[in-house]
Order: sequence, then C-alpha cells, then structure tokens
Amino acid sequence: MTEISGGPFVVATILKVVVFFTLLILSIALGTYMERRLAAFIQDRSGPNRVGPIGLLQVVADGLKNLLKEETWPSAAYKGFFLLAPALALIPGTILFAVIPFASPAPTRWGYVDMIVADVPIGVLYILAIASLGVYGVVMAGWSSGSKYAFLGGLRGSAQMVSYEVGLSLSLVPVLMLAGDVRVPEIVTLQQHYPGDATTLGVWLVAPLLVGTFLFYLTGLAETNRLPFDLPEAEAELVGGYHTEYSSMKFAVFMMGEYGHLITTAMLVTVFFFGGWDIPFWSGDNIRVAADGSLIGEPAWWKTLLTLIAFVIKGGLVFATFIWVRWTLPRFRYDQLMDLGWKFIIEFVTIYIIVIAVAIYALDRAGLAFGPAYAAALLGVNVVLAVLLFFLFDRGRLIRGAGREAEREARRRLLEARRQVRQQTLSHALGESARLATTADDSSEEGR
Amino acid sequence: MAGGVKVLERPGAEGSYVRAASKGLGVTLKHMIRPIKVTQQYPDEKWELAPRLRGTHRMAVHEDGRAKCVGCGLCPTVCPVNCIKLIPAEDENGERYAAIYEIDEFRCIFCGFCQEVCPVEAIHLGVHYENAEYSRERWVYDLERLTELEHPYTALWDPADPTSQ
Repeated sequence: MTEISGGPFVVATILKVVVFFTLLILSIALGTYMERRLAAFIQDRSGPNRVGPIGLLQVVADGLKNLLKEETWPSAAYKGFFLLAPALALIPGTILFAVIPFASPAPTRWGYVDMIVADVPIGVLYILAIASLGVYGVVMAGWSSGSKYAFLGGLRGSAQMVSYEVGLSLSLVPVLMLAGDVRVPEIVTLQQHYPGDATTLGVWLVAPLLVGTFLFYLTGLAETNRLPFDLPEAEAELVGGYHTEYSSMKFAVFMMGEYGHLITTAMLVTVFFFGGWDIPFWSGDNIRVAADGSLIGEPAWWKTLLTLIAFVIKGGLVFATFIWVRWTLPRFRYDQLMDLGWKFIIEFVTIYIIVIAVAIYALDRAGLAFGPAYAAALLGVNVVLAVLLFFLFDRGRLIRGAGREAEREARRRLLEARRQVRQQTLSHALGESARLATTADDSSEEGR
Repeated sequence: MAGGVKVLERPGAEGSYVRAASKGLGVTLKHMIRPIKVTQQYPDEKWELAPRLRGTHRMAVHEDGRAKCVGCGLCPTVCPVNCIKLIPAEDENGERYAAIYEIDEFRCIFCGFCQEVCPVEAIHLGVHYENAEYSRERWVYDLERLTELEHPYTALWDPADPTSQ
C-alpha cells in the first residue's frame, strides 16, 4: 500500500487538522476537570461532581462563566501586547501536537493515511524550537501589564524557561542517538518489538534510558511552569504572577495555554519514552513505513482506533502523574531552582550523554545486535547512574533545604547585622549627644 | 510546648530530597486511591440536626386548624429585637385571638424567649434552617405561613436533664 497523495491527501490533512485540534481542545478542557478531581481526591474531597454526569460538564460551565465575566483593561497596560500575550501563550503549546503520531496508519481506498498531522523530517527539532516559544507569552504578559507583580512573574518565567530549555533539549539526545533519526514516527517504530529485526530495539525507551526519562520529565515540568517549578505564578508571593492583571476570557486563554502545554508534554513523554501508540506484548500493531514509502504490516481501522486508545491511556497516566506531583511537592526557592538547573541538570545531562554514547559504542563494538538484550545492557548502565544520582549526589547536593546548618548560618548573619546596627546607633547617639553638649555650651556662653 | 504542640527538629542539609519527595508522593497516592471522602453532598444528604436547634418559627394549631395563639402579648414584650408584630382581637364568644401575627425572621436572633414565655404553647421555634428567599418582604412570616410549616418543634431545655442525655 502506498501513501495517500494528490487531492485525497489535501482532504485527509485538513480533516486530520480539524479533528485532532478539536480533540486537543477537548482534552485541555478534560485536563482541567481531571486536575480538579484528582486534586480533590488527594485532599479527601470529591471535587466538581454536580454539573452533568460525574461533573464532566463543569468545564462548559467554567467556559461560559469566563466568557460572561467583565473584561478589565489596566490603565498602565500596553494594550496591543497585553492582548497579544494570551494568544502567544496558547499557540506554542497547541501547535506542538502537529508532529506527534497518535495512532497507527489507517488504510483508505486512496492509500494509507499517517495518523500524524505533519510528518516533518525534522520532527524533534521542531518540537524543541516550538517548546521554547512558550516563554514569549509569559514575558510579554508580565511586561505589558504595567504591574510590578506581573513583571516579576514574567522575569522569573523567562529566567526559568531559558535555564531549563538546555536540559530539556539535551535529555533528548540519547533518544536520538538510539533512533538515529529525528523523525518522530521513527522513534515510535524503534520501540516496537519486531522479532529478529536488528533495526528496532523492541523495548520502550524508559528501560534503556531510565535516567533520561527522569531528566526529561523533570525539565518538562520546569518548562511548563508546573509545581514544584511554578515560580512565575507563585500565588503566595506574586499575587498571580504574570497573569495577575488578566480577567475573563483572556485569563482563561492563559489557563488553556498552560494545560495545552502540559498535555503536549505528557504526549512527548509518551512518544519518546513509553512507546507512543505502541500496544505492549502484541505484534499486530507492528505497522511502519519502509524507506521507499510503502507500508510494512497490515493496517486496519480497528487497529488505528486501538492504538489511539492506547496512546490516550498512556498520555493520560503521564498527565495524572503531573497532577500527583503538583499536589505533593512544595514550590522551590528561586536559588534552589537556579542551582538545580545550572549546577546539576545541565552537567548531569552532559555526562549522561557521554556515558550513553560510550555504552552504545562499546555494545556495537562487542557485536551485540539491536534488541531486548541491547536494551537490558543499557538498563544496567542506567541503574548504576540512578544509584549514583539518588544515593550519592542526592545528599543535600541537589536541593539545599533550610537545614540545621543553613538555619544556624542565617541566625549568625542576623545577629551580626543586629550587632552592627546597634553599634552604629550607639556611635551615632554618642556623636549626637557630644554635638548637643557643645552647642549647649555655646549657647550658654552666648547667653552670658 | 503548651497545647500538645509537637516541635520537630528540622532535617539537616545533608538530607535527601528525592527520598523525602518519594515519601510525600506515597502519602498523596494513598489518599488519592482511598475512597474516604469528607465532603458532604449537601442538597442530597443533609445534616442530622440536634433536637434543640433553634430555627424557623412555627405556630401550633388546634384540631380545627385555628392557631393556638390567644393574643396575650407576652412574646412581643419579651422579644429582645422587636421582631414580632401582634394585634389581638376578640371573637363573638369573647375568646381572644391574634388578628395579625407576623414574625420578621430576618430580624430574629433565634433566642427562643417567645417559645419559653408562651402560656399556651402556641409559638415554637423549629428544627429548620433552610429559609432563603429572593426578597426581604418574604422573610416576614404571617400567621398563615407560620401555621402551614411542618418541621419539628425545637425541644426546650429540661432542667432535670441538663445535658440532654
């Protein structure tokens, strides 16, 4: 079977854009619902459960409420940029989905249809390029609001996203080294199990790249401004952060952008490390595009549907872990955030790339064929690194809390500062009284 | 520390972040999957109210449907916030009754003095609290409305059984 082309291709592409974009917007709405429900469960509450069946229509009610609310324009705001910022926050998060394969190719009368909106040959690079555009919405909102809190939030957001972008990009390098390609569907194929085929690994990349998964997950959280990295919002310190001055639908668009970003990040974690739309322990979904553009395997509509369901379940589980982490961990301090980004993640990712590259080279030289055994060998390397990471480095070196030493140090500094102030006040008072004494003498002499 | 407050030593800087975070994740996971929810689904499930809760008034009636009130005027006298309006009248048999009897529930502080002072046990407070209205005028309950209410009467405090055991 050949790929769809010509007129049917255009129609299929338009259909894919419309359907997948609608699904994405729908999943953003469901994402906010899921967040509220899971947050409630973690806190032993019920969450929204009154509008519609099990509260599913709550998102519609929220949307209506946001549309009907009054729109405010702060007098100090720069109107054009103020209006542009929510759009810039929403767009990068939502256009990322264009290069993510959702399901196995589907057969039609005119040829097979790839279940990916745009199968660009530079898929991963596109993802990295677009993911970093998210910062513009934050910065622009912070600056154009004409408010100090929003400005601080925007500054923090830009600093954070710039710092963690490097780590995010580098943590994908081991994946690319294994795949040997930056096309996203290739990475999914790599993780499918073809018995006896030495071009695929046959194991989800979470096993051979355990530490890489952790690092990508961590930096992904930081890129989406999620707790424990939500310093740009920091309700307790900055009122609402960069969107303090926004109301009504403009605020809702920021929220949609945040969840859109989050959902695409969950999809990326799924595609890169959890096999994408691959169904585990089943070779029926082994469908891939050969080098000459023809299709290997037996495509079917029911297989497309099954793989789509598998993808949604996996992505949903990753999204659920985001929520779980959010309602568990407290926010980092700013210095902890920067320390973690610059002093740990970037170095560690670089070392990780070198170690994995050496391991791949050694395994290739040892003549081991690509496959589960290869993955197991890499997993061994990762376990050693994970032990190093969690038991050696993580001894107050990753995140320095306000421990006994820090407290003692802070108290020492406070006492020192107090001593200095006291001394200054004392000397000032002494000087003052001496001055007063002399002027008093002068006046008394004059009076005489 | 007073009041049973437990003061924990803060962990040292040499403590592990990842392990502490994993422990926290375990706690939240436990709460996420366990079915105990503290939320009360209010309009569907309601509170069990105490028998001595002092809420919306009710007027007791005779078998023939007449209000028991004899218009003695004790309840408007004892009312500390002046929320009872009573105009008594006399019928052809010389029996006194309340021609106009209105209670402004918005003004009422639900002290229960009217119920305690009533010589014929006509006016009662009730075990009922859901009396939201769209306008303030609707909060003034007239005699007809007071007799039509059906919630239980508030139990008076019994000196022989001070803790209502």
